Amino acid sequence: MSAALAMPAAAAATAPALLEVEDLHAYYGKSHILQGVSFRVGAGEIVSILGRNGVGRSTTLKAIMGDVPPRGQIRFKGQAIAGLKPYAVARRGLGYVPEERAIFPKLTVRQNLALGEKGGRRGGRWSYADIFRLFPRLEERIDTPGGVLSGGEQQMLTICRTLMGDPDLIMIDEPTEGLSPQMVARVAEMIGEIAARGVSVLLVEQKLTIALKLSQRLYVMGHGQVVFEGTPAALSADEAVRREWLEV
Amino acid sequence: MLELVIISTLNGVLYGMLLFLMASGLTLIFSMMGVLNFAHASFYMLGAFFGYQISKFTGFWIGLVAAPVVVGGIGALVERYGLRNVHRHGHVPELLFTFGLAYVIEEVVQMVWGKLPVDYRVPAVLDFPAFTVFGTNYPAYKLFMLAISVAIFLALLAVLTRTRVGLIIQAALTHPNMVAMLGHDVPKVFMLVFGVGTGLAAVAGVIAGPALVTQANMAGLLGPILFVVVVVGGLGSLTGAFAASLLIGLVQTFAISLDVSVASVFRAVGIDATPSEGVLGDLWNVTIAQVGPIIPYLLLVLVLIARPTGLLGNREA
Ligand SMILES: Nc1ncnc2c1ncn2[C@@H]1O[C@H](COP(=O)(O)OP(=O)(O)O)[C@@H](O)[C@H]1O
Ligand SMILES: [Mg+2]
Repeated sequence: MSAALAMPAAAAATAPALLEVEDLHAYYGKSHILQGVSFRVGAGEIVSILGRNGVGRSTTLKAIMGDVPPRGQIRFKGQAIAGLKPYAVARRGLGYVPEERAIFPKLTVRQNLALGEKGGRRGGRWSYADIFRLFPRLEERIDTPGGVLSGGEQQMLTICRTLMGDPDLIMIDEPTEGLSPQMVARVAEMIGEIAARGVSVLLVEQKLTIALKLSQRLYVMGHGQVVFEGTPAALSADEAVRREWLEV
Repeated sequence: MLELVIISTLNGVLYGMLLFLMASGLTLIFSMMGVLNFAHASFYMLGAFFGYQISKFTGFWIGLVAAPVVVGGIGALVERYGLRNVHRHGHVPELLFTFGLAYVIEEVVQMVWGKLPVDYRVPAVLDFPAFTVFGTNYPAYKLFMLAISVAIFLALLAVLTRTRVGLIIQAALTHPNMVAMLGHDVPKVFMLVFGVGTGLAAVAGVIAGPALVTQANMAGLLGPILFVVVVVGGLGSLTGAFAASLLIGLVQTFAISLDVSVASVFRAVGIDATPSEGVLGDLWNVTIAQVGPIIPYLLLVLVLIARPTGLLGNREA
């Protein structure tokens, strides 16, 4: 699996797609939020979705999870998953870390992590020891209620909680939002580590630098549609796209 | 006086624990689904009638186990095929659904068992005085009721805090969507909680039936008190429901046994200034026992004024 990571970006783009989204539409009430979003994530890839606030990045992830009713095609490991309930999507191996983190505040760090496990499925990629090696702070605070952790610790906890379910693809929504530069570096390191274990990553980000550094490919969204698709090098070179769709 | 305190405390705690058997399920259901199950007391009544019916053929003990299982099963089916479908249309239809269900259950019970009390009796092995304080016999059956409710309370606590399902329930109380997106079948957990919650209400019915009166109006009598308990405790708070159950159990029991009026208090200290006529005279001579049934509602109003979220709740009632 880790061979995929070593592939050059161009080759990764043609790797067998783990997640394929085609012409995805989603609505909140009558407002048409996603207007035909298409993209793919290959096995072992880190792919980022960029865009200004409100363009529909979070809605895209929610529609894939089935938390918002999706219209269009979503295939995961070659099987159609649009219309499945969120728990069924998760059980297929899709992990999701929401923007609002959704720590269970009254439960301890240990209990939060335990809830990430899917039950009846042992022997996944991640053990508690792995998690604690990556982020020792969680072990120190293992019996602390999740609600009293710092923002950075909570972010780490949500990512680790999802990893305990051993996803093949993890979707992480703005993990570096509101974190100190030091914590941002830790999160970036963590994402690298996740991919190194052969887990694909779909990252939603605001911070261009992080996304450029980590991703093999990027998509830029604007007004509920994909407006750019390419490699970090291509996006760096395309000043017009950055000015129109990313810079504030 | 000491006799009265001891007996009333025992009765009050017993009544409180019975209330909690019902309030705990009601609270869990409310926390998870955001819907106040108006039919909760009806499941308590079903428990009593099923317990009675089953005990007629097999004796009390099988009824004690079988009735809650059957009622819990009905509860789970109601959630799965009733509430879950209504849920899509919002909270008001859900509330109306449980309201209607309460009427349906009452009508059905009346059709099958009639309006008069049925002859649901304390089993012979428990029909003896457990001990005697100051010449008053305390029935063994009441101690048995107390033991059952305490045992269930402890079991519930253990399941909620020590098991994986308990953990999933706790997390789903605050973040049902997130729990689902971690791969847990939350609707199934809802069904389970509804089934267990209504089953617990039925346990209360089975054990209370022989001690109280098993009659088609018993849900109507208990339902309002149950709502007082969960609102006073704080909607959605189990600890609050526990505290409020005991509080209301004790308050009501003591109120009923206190045969005191303003007039009698004045007389006791040697004043005999009774305004004999009109409303004031009536109020003067009313005893606490007579206003006993109102006290829980008075408490409800006072708590809501002082603390709209209830004693231990943290969401708006
Ligand atoms: N729960 C909701 N109800 C109604 N509108 C929403 C809801 N969540 C998001 N929106 C709207 O949908 C659009 C896309 O939101 P979102 O996907 O969160 O954007 P992003 O994650 O790219 O910032 C925004 O205009 C937002 O206001
Ligand atoms: Mg967002």
